[in-house]
Parts: sequence; structure tokens; C-alpha cells
Amino acid sequence: MPRQHGAGFNMFRFLLGRLAVLIPTFVGVSIIAFSFIRLLPGDPVALLSGERVMSPERHAEISHALGFDRPIVVQYLDYLWGVLQGDFGTSIVTKKPVIDQFFELFPATVELSLCAILFAVILGIPAGVIAAIKRGSAVDQAMMGTALVGFSMPIFWWGLLLIMLVSGMLQWTPVSGRISLMYFFPPVTGFMLIDSLLSGQAGAFKSAVSHLILPTIVLGTIPLAVIARQTRSAMLEVLSEDYVRTARAKGLSTFRVVGVHALRNAMIPVVTTIGLQVGVMLAGAILTETIFSWPGIGKWMVDSVSRRDYAVIQGGLLVIAAVIMLVNLIVDLLYGLINPRIRH
Amino acid sequence: MSQAAATSTVSTDSSRRARLAEFWYYFSENRGAVIGLVFFVFLVLLAVFAPWVAPHDPVAQYRDAVLVPPVWQEGGRAGFLLGTDAVGRDMLSRLIYGTRFSLFVGVIVTTLSLVGGIALGVIAGYFRGWVDTVIMRVMDIILAFPSLLLALVLVAVLGPGLVNAMIAIALVFQPHFVRLTRAAVMSEKTRDYVVAAKVAGAGHGRLMFKTILPNCMAPLIVQATLSFSSAILDAAALGFLGMGAQPPTPEWGTMLAEAREFISSHWWVVTLPGIAILITVLAINLMGDGLRDALDPKLKRS
Amino acid sequence: MALLEIENLIVEFQTASGPFRAVNGVSMKVHEGEVLAIVGESGSGKSVSMLAAMGLLPWTAKVTADKLTFNGRDLLGMSANERRKIVGKDIAMIFQEPIASLNPCFTVGFQIEEVLRIHMGLDKAGRRKRAIELFEAVGIPDPAERLGHYPHQMSGGQCQRVMIAIAIACNPKLLIADEPTTALDVTIQKQILDLLMRLQAEHKMGLIMITHNMGVVAETADRVVVQYKGRKMEEADVLTLFENPKSNYTRALLAALPDNATGDRLPTISELFVDEGAAQ
Repeated sequence: MPRQHGAGFNMFRFLLGRLAVLIPTFVGVSIIAFSFIRLLPGDPVALLSGERVMSPERHAEISHALGFDRPIVVQYLDYLWGVLQGDFGTSIVTKKPVIDQFFELFPATVELSLCAILFAVILGIPAGVIAAIKRGSAVDQAMMGTALVGFSMPIFWWGLLLIMLVSGMLQWTPVSGRISLMYFFPPVTGFMLIDSLLSGQAGAFKSAVSHLILPTIVLGTIPLAVIARQTRSAMLEVLSEDYVRTARAKGLSTFRVVGVHALRNAMIPVVTTIGLQVGVMLAGAILTETIFSWPGIGKWMVDSVSRRDYAVIQGGLLVIAAVIMLVNLIVDLLYGLINPRIRH
Repeated sequence: MSQAAATSTVSTDSSRRARLAEFWYYFSENRGAVIGLVFFVFLVLLAVFAPWVAPHDPVAQYRDAVLVPPVWQEGGRAGFLLGTDAVGRDMLSRLIYGTRFSLFVGVIVTTLSLVGGIALGVIAGYFRGWVDTVIMRVMDIILAFPSLLLALVLVAVLGPGLVNAMIAIALVFQPHFVRLTRAAVMSEKTRDYVVAAKVAGAGHGRLMFKTILPNCMAPLIVQATLSFSSAILDAAALGFLGMGAQPPTPEWGTMLAEAREFISSHWWVVTLPGIAILITVLAINLMGDGLRDALDPKLKRS
Repeated sequence: MALLEIENLIVEFQTASGPFRAVNGVSMKVHEGEVLAIVGESGSGKSVSMLAAMGLLPWTAKVTADKLTFNGRDLLGMSANERRKIVGKDIAMIFQEPIASLNPCFTVGFQIEEVLRIHMGLDKAGRRKRAIELFEAVGIPDPAERLGHYPHQMSGGQCQRVMIAIAIACNPKLLIADEPTTALDVTIQKQILDLLMRLQAEHKMGLIMITHNMGVVAETADRVVVQYKGRKMEEADVLTLFENPKSNYTRALLAALPDNATGDRLPTISELFVDEGAAQ
């Protein structure tokens, strides 16, 4: 059998291959974002500037400032060039650059999403493993039944329900926001959990945590259900493989057979699922942030739609798409790392 | 799906009946799936016979019966079994009529997604080459956006409303169907029965849709049930955000949008529409699970 | 005292269409240093009996026997913990599909050193040294380098050598080989069989060779057990079996071999053999 090349070489080629696909995709995405304004009913100049009634001179002035008097291809290329330099437009409502607003609000969504994914993985993978080992038992059916219910719930309703029960009746958690209004400190990382610890104010961290609990559960419910189901089916497949039988024939403990030999292989498809859930997260964040008044990019986009801040919608779309593509690329890289068949 | 049945251009009636019987045998083994099916049939009946079953007109406002609790609570009235909402409309009637909109959304979105997805997927998988690349790049572009966000923006462009919401959701679901069909077509294309049909003189169209496609249906059917339930959830989400069905339409998501302020005071306005969505989607997902287990030969032996 | 004693072994599986007896009252003994071949068609239950002895059957299987002992110790009544101390150490098994039998996510070195750590308690350096020794013993070239390879980077024959190395790592008293060469190239088959026989002679291991190939039986076995549909049809030493078979089934089996063909047509077993002692 011929010798294989080392891992480093393949990783580079892999990256190049993925980038070759990503770049045309990004171009396509930017075209869609660019066309968005022009597809809306109404005059794009009025829409983008926010000024409804304008004199013809004012209209021409803004039109020229926005570049609408040039050929469409030039407009697009200008737009693309601006994007590559970080200019995603200016908000009609706040008059601030879209990219600035994005970075202000993005950490909140990242913090929430990370907590939700952690929640989903820490509970979901063991649940799936246990359900697979005890296949057909009451435990298995209960777990998978619960997962199915979690998967079938409208998450905005789930959020409302939890607020009603936990915040309303039990008064265990607050209703909205990231931290109690009592506390104020300038953001350092943008992650409330870290910043509250750094601020040194008594009770700040606890407040941050209590504000995170319900949104995390709500956002993490669907990924939890999906990961639990996927883990179970991956484990069932792996447990019937020959190499698991070999592991048992070696006299290894059940814990080692399942936890080391089986799990490692079962994780391969599950990691792909986890990676896909990140995109789902951002969609779910829209609803979760709206319910809990969580100041992240999901709520920002919803507010912009209702406020008709088209610049933000256009710019926000593009930035979010770019972020998702980047995350997917990282996930693909990680996948290549853990699956030796791709690596070698 | 057996290859033998695919090679014959006229499938004998008995073999199709036999396959259906076998399919039903496996499907009915799954208790949850059967419960889901029964409940789904019940919902369809509710939707069809809504005008006869519902006690009131869903948009009729009873000014003297605003925010009445359900009949088993203090202050409840027999005329309004599940209470009324903020403008005095009967909850039960609205929920019953709501089945019409949800099922309608499910059917339309799934049909649109299937038709578009299959057409594009078969073409991409069969012809490969630059056609395939273009189609897959377009699908990648759609997938680059979070689904709900894209649907939201599309509806912003098209204007709020249930029809536009359905179009937006169907568009967002396209890539899943296209990818699935394309993968299935690519793996079936090299099989012997396709080569045999080609040698026998079948043209492209016939090969694509009469020879190959029927053997790719199993994963598509499973994906279709998933899309049905996702469509209902997404339409409700858009309704909740104010971009889907507009008031006074008794769509369950739209009902929840109007109910937000009543969380702490009038629980039935918030809880009941959500429960309706939950059990509808749950029934469909149970059926979907049963379908998948019955159609997937690998999982047949428990 | 025999190494492995089996008396009236019955293995029943729960299936969708009711219980199914894969092994129906089979008895046999294997002694130290002897090579026993279990031969039969697919579905004869030859693998299942050995998997039952090793405790490798799924939970849907019910195993009962009058006697199932190894080295005098009762395998059935043993706790799972105690069984794990014997399996992989004193009794080892290798299987039919060598590449599928190795974990694709770990190097072969990891998979062999694992056994050395758990059963022999060797330290890291000791494990590596022994692993190299074992690889050399089974004829793997460049053993030190091979330790870092993954199963999919190796051929079927090499993977089977790795499996054999793992099996003999703890100097087992009994090695069970379940159709070890069926999935390999014909040229490699002979090499692997020769390797197995050499190791068996060197270490004086008991060897159970499960096969459907009468040629393998003739080359390797001291004694033979013939199984059909979960029952033992005949047991004899190898020469007697070939020259003077007592059971009708064995006769049919031998007559169906191409080497034994007389006339123009090769007979099938079902033509020559009618199952009189049909299933209970």
C-alpha cells in the first residue's frame, strides 16, 4: 500500500477547495443583498434615505450621493468593493454604520447561541447514547418522545410559556434583557457573563446568569432534540458494527466500548449535525431574542423590518450570511480533523 | 423499492397492492405513527367541516364577552367553551378555523417545494456538468442565510400576508429537496436498470422522470412530511412576527402575536393556540417517523 | 480436562416472527493444543455457538446449556466482570471481515496496545515494545511504522494479521478463528492459514477453526465437528471424517465438492441429503 502524505498538506488543499466554492457563493449572496433594495416596491432612493417627500433637486442630490445615477453593474461593483472594505451601509433610523451596530449587538447573540449549543450538546449526546444502549426500553421511548415534542414546539410559544410559568408564577427568573437594570458597566468583551465578573459588582454575575437561563433553554430546545435523536441513531448504527464486536471480544468494559470505541465513530455524523444547528440557531435567535427582548442581531433584524430600515436589512443580511459561511467552513475543517478517512 | 418493479414499465396491480400492504404492515407496527395518522385525519376533518363544527364565526366580536375565561374556570361561559380573546372572539371557533390555514400552508408549501426541488434536483443530478454547478451554487446561496431570516426579508419585499409567507417558506425549503433528489438521482443513475432502459432507447425525459425518479421517492417522502410540519411552524412564526397571516385571520401564529401582552393575566389566549400548533406538528412528525421507519429497509429489523 | 467444554448448548433469538433457535443442542470439547474445525453451511449456527461462549451475542439472544466451561470455570454463571478478565486474554477471537473488525478512528497501534494495557498492565514503553514484537511475529513488515497507521490504509490481509496479533497478544490458551480467510484473496488465504498454524504450534494454543471450506479443514484440523441448521451432525478426527463419514449430511457435503465429482453434473447438497431430524 503506498504511503500517504502528512496531514498538513491535505488540510491546505481542503481549504482551497472549500474557498473555491465559497467565493462564488459569497458573490451570489452579495448580488441578492444588492438587489434587495431595488426589488422593493417604491423608489429606492426614498427607501434608502428615509426621506419620503423630496424636492427634485434633493432627490437628484441623494441619488448622486448613493450612486444611483450610474450603470447598474458599476453600482454593484462599487457596492462589492465597499463590502470588502467593511462598508455595509448606514442605518436609516440610527444613522450609524450597519457594521458598527452589528458588532455591538453580535456578542449578545453569540453568547446566547454558545450557551444554547452547550446546553444542547451536554444534555443531548448523553441522552442519545443512553437511549441507544437501552433501545426499546421505557427510558428510550420517554427520551425520544420528549425529544419529538421539543422538536415539534413553536419556540416562540415555548418561550412565552416558560416566561408565564417560571418568571410569572414561580418568579424564579427575570422576564427580559441580559442583566438587571440595577447594574451598569461598560462592555469589555460584549459577553455579559465575562463582563459582569470583570466589573466586580456584587450580584452582577448572578443577575447575568439568571437572565440567560430561560433564553438558553428556549433557543437550545430544538438543537437538543435534534442532537439527541441523531446521537441515538448514529450510536445504534455504530453499535452493530464489527469493530464494536471486536472491542467486546477484547474484554473491554462496556463503558470503554461505548464511550471510546463507539462514541468516537458515532460523533462523526453528529458533529455535522451540530455544525448545521449553528445556522438553525441564528434563525431561532430571531424568535428567542424577540420574546426575551434580548439585544442581539435577531431582534435587530426583526425591529429593522418593522421599522422599514432597509439599509440595515440589506447590510445585516449580507453580514449574517458571511458569518454563517465562515462558521460552516470552520465546522467542515473540524469535521475533516476528526474523521481520519478524510485526513489521510 | 425493488428494482424488479422499476424495470417493468407497467407495474402489475397486485405487486403495487402487495407493496402497499407490506408498507402498511411496517407502518402500523409503530404505535406513535398510527396515533399521528388518526389525529391528522381528525384535523383534516375539522378543517373541512369547520363551518359546521365551530360554534361561532371566527371573526365575530362579542363586545360583552371580552377576555372570558374557559368554561371550567370562574367566570367562564357555556357559549364560549375555551374562552374569548381581547376583542371578544370565541377561541374554540378560531382554533378550529385555524386548522384550515395551517393545513393549507402545509399542503401548498410542501407541494411547491417538492415540485421545484424535484425538477431542479433531477436535472442537476442527471445532466451534471455546468447545469449541476449553477443549480447547486444557487442552492448554496439560499442556504447561506438563516431560513427564517430569509423568509422574513422575502415577505418584507413581497408584502405581509399568508400567500407571500407560503411562497417565501417554499423558496427557503428548496435547497433541501434539491440536494436530496440530486443525491438520489446520482446514485441511481449508474445502476443497471437505468443503463438497460437507456440501451432500450429511452430518451432523457423518460429516463429522468419515469425510470429513475420513482426509485428516489422514499427519502423525498420523509423529507416532505418534515417540510409539512416545518412549514406550519415557520408560517406561525411569521404570523407571530406580524409578517404572515394578518389579523383578523384566525391563524394560530397570528393569534399568538396578539396575545403577548396577556401572559400574566389571561393564560388561555397565550396557551391554547400554541397547544394547537404543537399537537398538529407533533402528529405530523410522528407520522413522518413512522414513514421513515417503514420505508427504510436498513431499519426494518429491530 | 478439556479446555473448552460445551454440552447441549441452545441459543434462541427473539425475532419479529417469534423465537428462532440458531443453535439447538450442540455439544463439543476442545483440548489444549488441539485444532478443532467446525464446518457447515451458512445458517448452521457455527459462529453463533462460539459467539455465545465468548459472550458476544446481542441482548435478544437467550443462551442456555447443560455445561459451558472454560478451564473448568463456568462461563454461563460468571459475572460480566469476571468474564471480561478471561475474554481477550485467555480466549481470543478473530473474525471474517478484517478491515471492518478494526476501529476506523484509531491507529492499529492504539488498538493493540489497548489490550496490553488492560490485560497485561504494561507501561507505555513496554506496550510499544511488545506491540512491535507481535507485529513481527505475525509477519507485518516495518512494524514500528505500521503502528501509526489506520485500518483503511492497510490491505485486508494485513488487517487480519493485526487482528491475529491482537488476539495472541496476551498468550491465550484458546483462539477462535471465525472464517478468517473467507474475505481474503486466495493467495493471501494460504499465508494467513500458515501463520495461524505456525502460531498454534509455537504457543500450543487450542484453535477452533470455523469454516465452510473443506479444503481448509483438511489442511488444518485434528478433529472436525459438522453442523447443520443448529445441530451437530457428526464429530470425528479429520482422517476418519474424510475417509469414512458416518452422517448422511457429511457424505452429501463431501460429494458436493468439485474434487469429488464423478460424472457430468455436480450434485447439490439438497439433492443428496434429506433432513430427517427436522427442527423442534
